[in-house]
Amino acid sequence: MIDVKGLTKKFDKNVVLRKIDAKIEKGEKVVIIGPSGSGKSTFLRCLNLMERPTAGKIFFDGQEITALKEREIDGIRRRMGMVFQHFNLFPHLTIQRNITLAPVKLGIMTQEAADKKAAELLRRVGLPDKANAYPSQLSGGQKQRIAIARALAMNPEVMLFDEPTSALDPEMVGEVLQLMKQLADDGMTMVVVTHEMGFAKEVASRVLFMADGQILEENSPRQFFGNPKNPRLKEFLSKVL
Amino acid sequence: MDFSESFRQNFIQDDRWKYLANGLRTTLIITVFAVIIGLFLGFIVAIIRATYLRTKKMLIPDLFCRLYLTVIRGTPVVVQLLIIYFVIFGSVNISKTVVAIFAFGINSGAYVAEIVRGGIMSIDVGQLEAGRSLGLNYRQTMVHIIMPQAVKNVLPALCNECIVLLKETSVAGYIAIDDLTRGGDIIRGITFAPFLPLIAVALIYLFVVILLTKLVGVLERRLAANDRR
Repeated sequence: MIDVKGLTKKFDKNVVLRKIDAKIEKGEKVVIIGPSGSGKSTFLRCLNLMERPTAGKIFFDGQEITALKEREIDGIRRRMGMVFQHFNLFPHLTIQRNITLAPVKLGIMTQEAADKKAAELLRRVGLPDKANAYPSQLSGGQKQRIAIARALAMNPEVMLFDEPTSALDPEMVGEVLQLMKQLADDGMTMVVVTHEMGFAKEVASRVLFMADGQILEENSPRQFFGNPKNPRLKEFLSKVL
Repeated sequence: MDFSESFRQNFIQDDRWKYLANGLRTTLIITVFAVIIGLFLGFIVAIIRATYLRTKKMLIPDLFCRLYLTVIRGTPVVVQLLIIYFVIFGSVNISKTVVAIFAFGINSGAYVAEIVRGGIMSIDVGQLEAGRSLGLNYRQTMVHIIMPQAVKNVLPALCNECIVLLKETSVAGYIAIDDLTRGGDIIRGITFAPFLPLIAVALIYLFVVILLTKLVGVLERRLAANDRR
């Protein structure tokens, strides 16, 4: 579904990603872990071109999206949901409007259809009574669940998660991971950058280890955690597990 | 000469109070239309500048905007007024009030631009990313997500800019516009009594400014109440 070839990203002279090759198949749940500064967030943000690669190609459903014009990229982004570390809900809009803004303004749904969809999504993320609340009235965990609902409102084909639980209080991590697990069970294609090793073990179909802008190891979670080969990964796991 | 006699001479005799009333009307007309032009110009400049700073696009428009801001903010408004009246519109027969509206509007636009740009830049870049990640284009994200928040944040500052502009129009007399300040000065020229006419002018400005400040205060409290929900 997503095919990455020779992806390189530099910020000025600082090389963040070094010729990365990766493939994400439909229905896969790929979890990316690694030390901070390893380039995993940048890698994720390149997949929907929030960051423009310096070199290399990215294909989405066989289409080379790195060759597209700005306006065509907007169309691609509609098919890829993204969830951010800091939620980035729109504080001036109600929860319902947060969820319906994009589908309505992009002419994909009427306001009524979007409202219906929002109600359904709010039930799905377990917050049916929050439609008319504002983001500032919600807890961190609730905000992130709404952010996921907002991304789902566009009926994306793949969901990108950029450290979705890193900004949460510990007691709120569970509810968000639970929702992501549900999403995974429903068959959503997911790429998740996280520090939650438990989630990686339980949900991932494949785990990638990134360090210094490269993918140093990728394997099934059982092999990845049970029998790591790369010395950097061994060292990393010994610190976090 | 006692106070009531002086008052009669300065304001009642020959309906001299009309200099002040008509002057106030002119001052308010200039201020209101200049504010409209200033807001219009200011928002355009602010959006161009913020777009350049955030996305590195619109380099050429941004250069013009920076030139405009530097020139307008680096020269006195009286000089700008005189140049626009005597140099730019020197050979054209045009209403002095209209010239003043343009001069003060163009001047105010520069200050509005910097206020609004500050408001846009104060919105977390994550808001832009969230909008773009949903497939909204840059313009849609600005219109529906960034600008509503930015405007709300700078509304009090914008109102204060209007109040400043009201007072700045007092130099309109330089191109012989009979505004409030000049109205008082004309009375002074007739009666040779400086005290009452000038104090009256000051009090009228003060009254209008206090009124506007109160309105801004109400607005600020409303906005703050909105934030607490």
